[in-house]
Amino acid sequence: MSEPAIAADGETAIGDAVISMRGARATLGSRPVLRGVDLTVRRGEVVALLGANGSGKSTAVRSVIGQIPLTEGEIELFGTGLRRFRQWSRVGYVPQRTTAASGVPATVREVVSSGRLSRTRLGLLSRADRAAVDRAIALVGLADRAKDSVGALSGGQHQRVLIARALASEPKLLIMDEPMAGVDLASQEILAATLRDQVAAGTTVLLVLHELGAIEPLIDRAVVLRDGCVVHDGPPPKAVGQHALPGHDHVHPHAADEPLRTGLLT
Amino acid sequence: MEILETAFMQRALIAALLVGITAPAIGIYLVQRRQALMGDGIGHVAMTGVGLGFLLSTNPIWMATLVSVVGAVTMELIRAYGRTRGDIALAMLFYGGMAGGVLLINVSDTGSTGDLSSFLFGSLSSVSDSDLIAIGALAAFVVLVSVGLRRQLFAVSQDEEFARVTGLPVRFLNLLIAVTAAVTVSVAMRVVGLLLVSALMVVPVAAAQQISRSFRATFALAVGIGVAVTLAGTTTSYYQDVPPGATIVLLAIAVFIALTALATPLARLRARRTEAARAGADGRGTGAPECPSETLSEVPRTRLPGDDVKV
Repeated sequence: MSEPAIAADGETAIGDAVISMRGARATLGSRPVLRGVDLTVRRGEVVALLGANGSGKSTAVRSVIGQIPLTEGEIELFGTGLRRFRQWSRVGYVPQRTTAASGVPATVREVVSSGRLSRTRLGLLSRADRAAVDRAIALVGLADRAKDSVGALSGGQHQRVLIARALASEPKLLIMDEPMAGVDLASQEILAATLRDQVAAGTTVLLVLHELGAIEPLIDRAVVLRDGCVVHDGPPPKAVGQHALPGHDHVHPHAADEPLRTGLLT
Repeated sequence: MEILETAFMQRALIAALLVGITAPAIGIYLVQRRQALMGDGIGHVAMTGVGLGFLLSTNPIWMATLVSVVGAVTMELIRAYGRTRGDIALAMLFYGGMAGGVLLINVSDTGSTGDLSSFLFGSLSSVSDSDLIAIGALAAFVVLVSVGLRRQLFAVSQDEEFARVTGLPVRFLNLLIAVTAAVTVSVAMRVVGLLLVSALMVVPVAAAQQISRSFRATFALAVGIGVAVTLAGTTTSYYQDVPPGATIVLLAIAVFIALTALATPLARLRARRTEAARAGADGRGTGAPECPSETLSEVPRTRLPGDDVKV
């Protein structure tokens, strides 16, 4: 694959690869997690990365943002090698939500503001930056909670804060690691609507998903990982088939034909 | 005021003020990163610096700064790169630092274990003019970093992975926090002492966050508490002849207990106020709207008792 052409203003031309990962190998400890993954996300595409727990999908996105070093292979963002990539304001990242809150209380606005730092000089927020932060908070429907402590929010609201933080820099590429995990239905719909607007505005999206759920209609392409290898790259599997995906061995706490509650008689 | 007339008390109060500002200002980031005990580790390492200062007959504050910065950077590198047995490596550093301090001060001609104890627990009369200059310069650095770079340090302490994706120099900022914490230890050791430095970094922050909702308010309140307890503790120590470090720390813990007790009624008051504001906006008078009782009957009975039985 040749270097994608870069236009004079730094924007990649339409259809060019925004993320290009070739022959990626990575290990965690001594265990190989990625074993030669090729992944290309073109401009304007919405790509879902699917697979079972431990298939390497989180590792794949975390290596795209440079959090996990590759032992082999290469990654390019917007046509620039990851090592030399500096335009981080074009990338919005939503990490897998951790339940552990930070040690010191912080308001929604304070957390979302930290997403704007990539656009500021020396961390000083101008009026335009503040407006962008407020816009991002409004996008996820938390405008009335902006002054509340993040610790007082529900899981779904917390996830929306993390998405607002990623949107605060008005990124061209959104990378999300399990944005729907543990999120209630109402928040899922708000997230899907937010994402729809972003996609309509031309944002490229790479998401790690466990189940397609509410964002299924937005997805252009699905890449399925199994044991660190790509086993499917193409149109998203149909909704009924998602549990029959190759590599989907998600263990449910209950069998499908049994009642949820189990009494003493069982 | 009689207390302000003696030169050594003037110096002691200025030093106490600077400690009250700087220790919580950097401590808040340590608490946010869940490294609340890092200050304690640096305090132990700094003892070697004090010992070295006596041995080489230089000002112990500068020597302690140098050694504790080296120690803090080592600790940060162990945290960042050390995969296994990081706690053992840290323990070596802590106790090695303490043992080194005791050994060096006894080897030196000028110092004795008695001198060391003034550094361990703080002593007012020992703050000299040259100490005050050193403390002032170091405190200026700490304030500059912890206030000037607050947004960056907040982002790094909140979520390191995300901070890296915003293009922040995460490794540099982590080291900067470690170095600043080390410098703060040197600032504070004259007044509160090396063994109690960490308390002043952590306790005011812990007290402030009992009643605050934002990082900004926590920061301001923690510094306020820090200044109040250091000044009050120093004054008490002057009149009652008790060690300043211990008095300051106990006062800080008293503030923590008081604010913790205050937290629940305050939260209740805030909730009531929010409800009143909402009700006012809706034009329905005061009081929270009750859950409508009819929703109860709308819940469909999806599960019959027989569902659970499985023979």
